Amino acid sequence: MSLAVGGMVAGAIYLFLSRQFLRILFGVILLSNAVNVAILTVGRLTQGQPPLIARNAEIMAQGVSNPLPQALILTAIVIGFGLLSFALALGWRAYQEMGTLDTSAMRVAEPEDRP
Amino acid sequence: MNHWLTAAPILVPLTTAALCMLAWNYPVVQRVLSLAGSVTLVVLAGILAATTLNDGIQVVQMGAWAAPFGITLVADPLSALMIVIASIMGLCCAVYALGDIDPVRERGGFHPIFQVLMVGVCGAFITGDLFNLYVWFEVMLISSFVLLSLGGTKVQIDAAVKYVAINLVATACLLLAVALLYGITGTLNMADLSQRLPQVANQGLVSAIAVLFIIAFGMKAALFPFFFWLPAAYHTPAVAVQAIFAGLLTKVGVYSLLRVFTLIFIGDTGWTHSILLWMAGITMIVGALGSLATRDLTRAWSWQVVAHIGSMVMGLAIATPLALAATAFYLVHDIVVKTNLFLSAGLVRRLSGGEDTAFARLGGLFKAAPWLCVLLFIPLASLAGFPPLSGFWGKLLLVKAGLETQHYAMVAALLVSGLLTIWLVGRVWAEMVWKAPVQPPAALLASMARGRAYALMLPLVLLSLITFGIGVNPDRLLSVAAQVGASLHDTSAYVEAVLGGKAEPVPTLVGELQHQAGDRP
Repeated sequence: MSLAVGGMVAGAIYLFLSRQFLRILFGVILLSNAVNVAILTVGRLTQGQPPLIARNAEIMAQGVSNPLPQALILTAIVIGFGLLSFALALGWRAYQEMGTLDTSAMRVAEPEDRP
Repeated sequence: MNHWLTAAPILVPLTTAALCMLAWNYPVVQRVLSLAGSVTLVVLAGILAATTLNDGIQVVQMGAWAAPFGITLVADPLSALMIVIASIMGLCCAVYALGDIDPVRERGGFHPIFQVLMVGVCGAFITGDLFNLYVWFEVMLISSFVLLSLGGTKVQIDAAVKYVAINLVATACLLLAVALLYGITGTLNMADLSQRLPQVANQGLVSAIAVLFIIAFGMKAALFPFFFWLPAAYHTPAVAVQAIFAGLLTKVGVYSLLRVFTLIFIGDTGWTHSILLWMAGITMIVGALGSLATRDLTRAWSWQVVAHIGSMVMGLAIATPLALAATAFYLVHDIVVKTNLFLSAGLVRRLSGGEDTAFARLGGLFKAAPWLCVLLFIPLASLAGFPPLSGFWGKLLLVKAGLETQHYAMVAALLVSGLLTIWLVGRVWAEMVWKAPVQPPAALLASMARGRAYALMLPLVLLSLITFGIGVNPDRLLSVAAQVGASLHDTSAYVEAVLGGKAEPVPTLVGELQHQAGDRP
């Protein structure tokens, strides 16, 4: 799992180095998913131990998998999805306005030549 | 009663935003609601601050889940102070927007989204839970994306692309840092974290996570290596949006740094705080130099936002009670001044009748609007740090704190940055006020409906009065800042208020698992 996270982060950083806004966005998708997997991993992985309280017990048994990271990831996925859809719409709008998605060609807000 | 009061900074703007959404097709109703909500927030924030300063830290456990498990809202002196000042800025920008915002942006939902931004800012200030802080950051972020691109001009879209890209990365960094911290301690409550972190065996890992937090919050706060997005974006949206961004958004990053590096990461200050110190010093100089390199009013102010972030983080990095008090004082001063400067830059742009605020287009302000010049002199002089205005006291405290701890290089950087700022202020004054007008001054204010002109002027008057008031009578704010500094330096009161004075940290599920993992060879 840790290796998977590392690979995803490396891929994300490779995509960030691109000048194309769309590739940067793909990098963001990869990075946010890498972080989500990281949350799951740091919450300690256990196999086949659902975090359910047994019928007659008051508290959970020892060694069940940790439910909190799953709640955190759910929140993070929802937020990440919202941000991403906004960013995609923004990218589309930028393409319409400027006719390019090459970030180094986007110099409207900071023009290069100023006296 | 007190529980509702502590949650009010979140609930009031949230309710306002929801009501504004309901009145989507009625801009007039939205205006009234936005104004009413902002005023209510100021009043409740004031009461909350008074309660906190007099009766001690206010704590609410959401849903009555006990401290390390549920989400805690904590109003300590720093949070309360920040919420008061944020609510006042929210009110000023809301009033200014009444006069300034154009029908297109208003139809696009400016008022509700502005209120959602306030929800995020206030939520970040008041939460006592690290993951919850991340969520409030997101609330703030998504609404700032929308506000930045609202209106959809080419410049705005261009700026928004960069702003969104860098913030998505910063967010992922923050989430990763929170996750790793959870992994080694098994808790997300800040007070509980401060208790557990010293018990973690692998302190190197703690330092590494601390650096990840510096990166994540540093991007939000526009600290030295991560500041480039700010001058690229802040000058593009509507004026009221520029002002609230400049006043509050980066300061939320500073607040988070303050909170995390006084409460949680205090084990290895030699490493983490010296990184912060270097970043702060370079930020001050680079920001001031950048502001001199541009020939545009709002872009110069954007660079000044960066420069002054450095001063605040310097206080945090020195981390004596005096330095922390200086940071709190400086935060208040800087929020008021920056909001004022951006709002007035909008007015200057209107008066010069131009599309932008390039120095080449400005001039003749003294003839066009002498009263505005008098008003403008206060934030400008305060930015430069002339006595007796608020900027002077903030710098004085920082210099004193720096000299006491032998940080001579930092003090020099602060003073050089101040000197460069004076240069900038002089240049702005010459270009904007004294230079002969480039074109005949537009009689915009006179032609405007009287109500709109008042809406544009009132926030400037109020903010200048606050700056002036702090300047001539700094004792009140100084004593509050001293209280903030003391509470940040000795966090035992905070921890006790949140955890209810339990001496031993309660083992959580993951805490036990971690214990088992430790038993394994």
